[in-house]
Amino acid sequence: MLSIALPKGRLGEKVYDLFERAGYACPAIREKNRRLIFESRAAGVRYFWVKPSDVAIYVERGAADLGVAGKDILLEYRPDVYELLDLGIGRCRMAVAGKKECDPDMVHNLRVATKFPNIASDYYARLGRDIDVIRLNGSIELAPILGLSDVIVDIVETGATLRENNLEVKSEILPISARLIANKTAYRFRTAQMEQIAQRMKEQVEKQ
Amino acid sequence: MRFLEYQEKIILKLRSLYRQYGYLPYRMSKFEEYELYSRYKEFMVSDRVVAFSDTNGKLMALKPDVTLSIIKSGSDVPGVKQKVCYNENVYRVSPSTHRFKEIMQAGLECIGDVDLYDVYEVVCLAAQSLAAVSERFVLCLSHLGVLNSAVGRLGLTEEQEREALALLSAKNTHDLRRLCEGSGTDRAACDTLCALAGAYGRRADVLAALRGLPGLAGMEELEKLSALLDGQPFDDRILFDFSLSGDIHYYNGFVFKGYLEGVTGDVLSGGQYDNLMRKMGRRSGAIGFAVYLDMLEQLAPRPRSGDVEYLVLYDETVPTEAVAAQMARLTAEGHTVSAQKSVPGKLRYRKVLDLRKGGSSC
Repeated sequence: MLSIALPKGRLGEKVYDLFERAGYACPAIREKNRRLIFESRAAGVRYFWVKPSDVAIYVERGAADLGVAGKDILLEYRPDVYELLDLGIGRCRMAVAGKKECDPDMVHNLRVATKFPNIASDYYARLGRDIDVIRLNGSIELAPILGLSDVIVDIVETGATLRENNLEVKSEILPISARLIANKTAYRFRTAQMEQIAQRMKEQVEKQ
Repeated sequence: MRFLEYQEKIILKLRSLYRQYGYLPYRMSKFEEYELYSRYKEFMVSDRVVAFSDTNGKLMALKPDVTLSIIKSGSDVPGVKQKVCYNENVYRVSPSTHRFKEIMQAGLECIGDVDLYDVYEVVCLAAQSLAAVSERFVLCLSHLGVLNSAVGRLGLTEEQEREALALLSAKNTHDLRRLCEGSGTDRAACDTLCALAGAYGRRADVLAALRGLPGLAGMEELEKLSALLDGQPFDDRILFDFSLSGDIHYYNGFVFKGYLEGVTGDVLSGGQYDNLMRKMGRRSGAIGFAVYLDMLEQLAPRPRSGDVEYLVLYDETVPTEAVAAQMARLTAEGHTVSAQKSVPGKLRYRKVLDLRKGGSSC
């Protein structure tokens, strides 16, 4: 039986739909209750919901054999896992945003507020720029409005929140989507099972 | 305590195995001159070491690495081969706590005119080391000559090559293709690297898949080593895995890692490190591996119940001879026993032998 960590929330539900269509259904997961673990002996899988940012840790440490995590989480925490497939869902962008009147190129020591300090640091290091990283855990858009930072580095989906707060995208860092990840040790002992899941998921992704 | 006993048993098994093949025990101090690590810090797992001033003012360090010390003190005479084994504690920063941690390592090094037989012997000993811990293991082999030839054909910048190898290690062929497309590399060269990322499994199957790929160096060595391993003990658990890479400044040729079912991460790591030898001014080659004994805790047998099997209770009314006689009898029967005047709060026991007046045993 393979353990699969799913990210809680809307993305997780879409991901489970993909697993179901790929032949790994577990009907109990759709029941409204407080259970945390759902098992389907017929499909040979066990699902559990975890906080999206924790999926990679569960997989890296072997508590889950497989999992689905956003590319943003994988780049930020750099877990030692296999990244078997780009699921092509949960698409968004990692971007630099700031007030319309702000020109980041004109600021010497740019103050960057973000939930993703490693991604932000790597991006500006590649540009050869010194920055001051201000690590926040939420409401990132507030930082430039209140003068806490010059810009933010954050995930942008539609850009509606930015527009409503008089902010705009200054530059795009990279596209983000959900990835199927695997524990490296588990993969080496259960290769056929994991490869079969990855292959069936790939077929579903290509149908989308 | 149980884990320490388990760890000691494994160390004894490994030492006996290595001695059988003529690897002599290498003894070393816990300390080494700091200068060695500051000069070669790019070859260490972590560049942070516990440093202190010795009584003569010399800056010393608690060993974060064993291989550098063995090379430093070893001979470098053409035609001579030095084979040593060790079990030592090293001191490194834990990636999870960012604090220093003591790690017990056992391993071996073969330094000198290393040839195909030595590679074969060390790979076999690596497999037997894993088997000494658990039958459920795999030893994964890769070859940096093969990987470097495939990456070299892409015509990427040094930074992009590092990124390509990181993607290969993650079997991330989707981003690898994007990287290649973005940098305008030859599609066939990209296909070769993607095929290597997925090349894992029985040696014969992987070799068959690789033979069809153009421009790979090191294939002859792979074929020869694989043929030597055919029919050897644990042959079926020595696999090829080209998602395994290694630091090209340190390693060359074969690199390998060992995995045990139920233990997350590699418990054994090694390879040919001629490049490190060159950087340290040595002319000869080298191959070796280390087993990370601290990672085996997850496999250590759990105590069935309690710290001891018997708790023997006595008081002033019980003659000392009677207590001694009961202890001698129970220990002679192979039980673990603790003699106490009252029940200790934290001691877990399975049975009680109460020698006190009116006492009963259960």
